[in-house]
Amino acid sequence: MKDLLRASVAIIVISAILMYIVSQLEDTSSAGGGGTINVYNWGEYIDPELVSQFEEETGITVIYETFDSNEAMMTKIEQGGTTYDVAMPSEYAIEKMKESDLLHPIDLNQITNLENIDPYFLDLPFDPGNEFSIPYFWGTVGIAFNPSLLEGQTFESWDDLWDPTLEQEVILVDSAREVIGMGLNSLGYSLNSTDMNELREATDKLKTLGPNVKAVIGDEIVEMMRREEAAVALTWSGQAADMMWINENIDYAVPEEGSNLWFDNMIIPKTADNVEGAHEFINFMLDAEVAAQNADYVGYSTPNQAALELMDPEVTGDERFYPTEEMRERLEVYENLGLEMLGVYNELFLEFKMDMEK
Amino acid sequence: MPDSKLMEQRAMKNNRTNPFYLIPYYLWIVLFVIAPIALVVYFSFFDIAGNLTLDNYKNFFSSVYLRLTLSSFWYAFLITLISLLVAYPTAYWLTKTKHKQLWLLLIIIPSWINLLLKAYAFIGIFGLYGPANNLLASIGSERLQILFTDFSFIFVSVYIFIPFMVLPIFNSLDRINPALIDASRDLGASPWTTFTRVIFPLAINGVKAGIQVVFIPALSLFVITRLIAGNKVITLGTAIEQQFLVTQNWGMGSTIAVFLILFMIIIMMVTGEKGGTINGKIK
Repeated sequence: MKDLLRASVAIIVISAILMYIVSQLEDTSSAGGGGTINVYNWGEYIDPELVSQFEEETGITVIYETFDSNEAMMTKIEQGGTTYDVAMPSEYAIEKMKESDLLHPIDLNQITNLENIDPYFLDLPFDPGNEFSIPYFWGTVGIAFNPSLLEGQTFESWDDLWDPTLEQEVILVDSAREVIGMGLNSLGYSLNSTDMNELREATDKLKTLGPNVKAVIGDEIVEMMRREEAAVALTWSGQAADMMWINENIDYAVPEEGSNLWFDNMIIPKTADNVEGAHEFINFMLDAEVAAQNADYVGYSTPNQAALELMDPEVTGDERFYPTEEMRERLEVYENLGLEMLGVYNELFLEFKMDMEK
Repeated sequence: MPDSKLMEQRAMKNNRTNPFYLIPYYLWIVLFVIAPIALVVYFSFFDIAGNLTLDNYKNFFSSVYLRLTLSSFWYAFLITLISLLVAYPTAYWLTKTKHKQLWLLLIIIPSWINLLLKAYAFIGIFGLYGPANNLLASIGSERLQILFTDFSFIFVSVYIFIPFMVLPIFNSLDRINPALIDASRDLGASPWTTFTRVIFPLAINGVKAGIQVVFIPALSLFVITRLIAGNKVITLGTAIEQQFLVTQNWGMGSTIAVFLILFMIIIMMVTGEKGGTINGKIK
């Protein structure tokens, strides 16, 4: 009994000493350099060299973490276990975070490189006046396909996915808004529709896609397409760029009925510790050369006009990834439909997955 | 049996003198078993906007979730049945081998590998240009779509669950007194009669324990449904994951979890004898 007591006391004392040392170390390290910032980003969404460059230039240490969905990111920021200083959510998530008062306003005077950004991407409805967010990357939802595995099918229309010759060839991304949105678009409805009749019709139409659907999966899509396991995939433009990087046979198209246009943006969570450092980081990422290098590495489309001039014209002139403004007219940005409507979308998506015709 | 008497006395003494030792145990049970279940039940009465309601339960009995439950049960049943059909002869054969512990170890080792790793390995193996299809091609067959089918889902699930089925069955079979089998033979029973009348009934607890250990997790598989079945098989686990992580409707997710817990209790009651569930494992 005595031994047990002694052992537990020893453990508690040792833990306390260690915790003290750790807290001391953290204090000195942040006092010595320009502090630390916690950056919370999507996976594979930054050139790691740029992080080192930023650390060298400013003396700020960057602690980098990644997430794989807007929802997971918001939950973690809300619970506040780690105090993140910069994060990169998508536009509808920003609306939601604004509603829940999770964002720290951005002082645009400190973001001197904002002038590099194409005005098209500023002052958007989800964040008027860029009070809380600065554009990072943007892109579309469309169809990646591999002509070498197909018999000349093309994808000008979403309905082309229903072509009976594509049996067991189509992979869909496992995300309710993308798939239901595709169903809505194929019927000529808005992908922000909240009309139950339209949603019902879209779901019923999607169910008839069943025989062509090979799988409904997440990031594994890229691997499946690269290895030519599947010929067609509903996916994001950046994922398509990833595939094309490895497998040159693959092509990407955005059907004419319209599709989704999305923006990922840098924000500062309300819980941030180092607001100053966060501003510095955001401003650094907007630098023309930095943004160009980053866009080359990541493969998504950059909103940075000055960076575009530094990049390979073959890339920036590619209308599949940099659609002209006229083409963008046909695209819609996701609106935050509210939790309840998101629930409806997910329930319909679940129903679609269950009732796909085999 | 003087031994057991002694132990009983000791146990009584312990009971009298050291209730203190039970505190960590009770603390654990309250914090990590009772409290989470209570929270799940509590949350199941709230809708997405945080209002007290019974709608989640009403919603569960709508056609989508009811069919989801039925299909989960169907797949869990198939997985358990096939695991049992493979595991029982294996366990029986194991008791007859010389190096039991070695063989047992070899069967158990794969269960130490992370589930995700195994799932990703099967994506490669079952791929259109993977080893399985290469084998088919080499014997002149056409390349088949193996991945993302019912077959691949059940195959991989069975592969993952087999060690958990073999272990309790092996333990019960191994503890059968060989004298009983000799006696049965001496009294003129055929091998088949010996098996059905002596061995099987004596080892039935191991089978029950195995069924519990496989059927219940099989009801709520969700990683494999996506990676191996491409979401063409949907289980209750998938639905719970989606409600919590995507829809953020904790109420509905909790309600599904409540039903899952209820199903588990029913299964425990059907397959369990009072208290004596995984008895084989301890000895």
